[in-house]
Amino acid sequence: MAKYILHNALRFLLLMVAVSVVVFTLVSLSPVDPVQANVGQAALLSMSPEKRAQLDAYWGVGTPLPERYLSWASALVQGDMGTSLRYNAPVAQVIAARAANSLALMAIAWVASGVIGFLLGVLAGVRRGSLVDKLVKSYCFVLAASPTFWIGLLFLMVFAVGLGWFPLGFSVPVGKAAADVTLLDALHHIALPAITLSVVGVANVALHTREKTIDVMESDYVRFARARGMTAWQVARRHGLRNLVLPAITLQFAQISEIFGGSVLVEQVFSYPGLGQAAVTAGLGGDVALLAGIALVSAALVFGGNLAANVLYGVVDPRMRRRGGAR
Amino acid sequence: MVREEKMTHREDARARHEDAAHRARAHHEQTRHEDAQAHHHHTHAPASRHAHGHHLLQVEDLTVAFRMYDADEPYLTARQREARPIERLSISVHAGEIVAVVGASGSGKSLLADAVMGLFEPNATVMGRIWFDGEPMDAAALARVRGRGIALVPQSVASLDPLMKVGAFVRGAACGCGRARREDAARRTRRQRELFARYGLAPEVEDLYPHELSGGMARRVLLCCALMDAPRVIVADEPTPGLDLELAVRAMDDFRAFADAGGGVMLITHDIELALRVADRVAVFRDGTVVEETAVTNFAAPELLEHPFSRALWHALPEHGFAAGAGAGSAYASAGAPSRGGEAL
Repeated sequence: MAKYILHNALRFLLLMVAVSVVVFTLVSLSPVDPVQANVGQAALLSMSPEKRAQLDAYWGVGTPLPERYLSWASALVQGDMGTSLRYNAPVAQVIAARAANSLALMAIAWVASGVIGFLLGVLAGVRRGSLVDKLVKSYCFVLAASPTFWIGLLFLMVFAVGLGWFPLGFSVPVGKAAADVTLLDALHHIALPAITLSVVGVANVALHTREKTIDVMESDYVRFARARGMTAWQVARRHGLRNLVLPAITLQFAQISEIFGGSVLVEQVFSYPGLGQAAVTAGLGGDVALLAGIALVSAALVFGGNLAANVLYGVVDPRMRRRGGAR
Repeated sequence: MVREEKMTHREDARARHEDAAHRARAHHEQTRHEDAQAHHHHTHAPASRHAHGHHLLQVEDLTVAFRMYDADEPYLTARQREARPIERLSISVHAGEIVAVVGASGSGKSLLADAVMGLFEPNATVMGRIWFDGEPMDAAALARVRGRGIALVPQSVASLDPLMKVGAFVRGAACGCGRARREDAARRTRRQRELFARYGLAPEVEDLYPHELSGGMARRVLLCCALMDAPRVIVADEPTPGLDLELAVRAMDDFRAFADAGGGVMLITHDIELALRVADRVAVFRDGTVVEETAVTNFAAPELLEHPFSRALWHALPEHGFAAGAGAGSAYASAGAPSRGGEAL
């Protein structure tokens, strides 16, 4: 057990180092000039050389990559994630302010796409070849082939512009004091991005679950259970669900990274102030500390998800739980 | 849902089917089923009995056909053709006997088991007549007696749910709802414990998972599953894979006991030596049909066998020096030529 924890802690550490090195390397290779990106072309041209040098120093232009990385990393070890130059605030504070929005959005999409996708997948798999199966499959193929941002734009046009059911963007009503924002306001604003993210996520989960369901329904033990006189639904309930739990767990936690990737696009389309949008801003503005901070947080989230899946596997699967047990 | 209606899938076919069934049944009822008398193209063994004057299980002219694309043609222009892994097959199981269906691996014997259990692939067309205990059966009737009148003993531990304790698996699903369901569940638990005790499985075994069972335990657990609802006929599909002959013969003792108690066993196997040791009668399976159904004693000498393929099989036995008379060995192997990959071995 101690070995397992140590092993995973080491892997987590390596992952963090790898992710941050990649972020820093990519930013240093990026053609974006942070000073130009942040003060604008016109201001840059009319700027005195002294001012220019001062800003270069502020944004770290010209500082060698290893030096920048090491100073950032040593600060991180002491608990300081650095300062976001773009938002002019500590990175931890920027992330914390936006994480609530993003996590709410992702949690809704994660649960909804997991539950709906699983149900549709099981339905299609058990009734393979039927009309239901064809409908579910068509839905999934169309959605899996459509870019997330395009679905977002489509929904925005239909439900926000056309029908006017939902606001056009942001997480709270424009021009309303923060103290007056109600929970209903927040839900009203999160609905459309969350639906977009869920609708896209469902396709992935349903298609995978359908394949697994077909595998299970064609397995020897299901065939034998049928040969013993059980109906298809009795078999699905007794043996199907039990054997679908493991792949469903894997899928659901692997889905975290998919949802995270989707949320970056969806937040951008809906101007929803979350981590995804902050990541885009940081990337385009050369704000390396914020970008690295967000990358670390998301990598940690995905790592945590996969670890949870592994632990749950051990809890659910007797073949892992009682390895080398009574014989 | 398996397309059970496939059995009578065309209206005219159904009409013909029922008509033929009536005539055949009338004909069958008139036959005097005296023991040890040749009828229905088969001969009897001493153990074979006609309880209530009919066979326990009788299959006549069974054909299983699949529509499939011709693999030899180019992918896009391939035409559909019909493959018939089982064609006009007839076989009978009497009370008190073990009938071995012997044929090469992969020759489609398992499809016979599926058809008798009423389990058809969606793209299969099944034709023919089946009687169980004197009653003509259609797909719905076969589904009703599945597990209760006719039970399957499968090949391997893979037929047990890997995530379910074997005790719960053997008990199966309780019927009814509310109180009736609880009573049925209690009755099934009693029955399962009784079967475990009878077949030498310790009470702790019910809490094990399939991967924790030894090969012998798994075989007995599978048998307990089949016996749960007190069937009359057991269809055993290669129940002794990987066992050497002596162990396999001993593993068949339980089937012998079942037959001695008045049941009938259809033992599907590729192992002719095992069949000759434990069966009362042998049905020689080749090219999708039973070419000869005869008492095991007739395998004493080739002259007693009618079909050339049966004689070729006799010559190919080890004690007859694997004599390749008429290319017996290759003849046996070629029985698997129209293989559909339906079997593991």
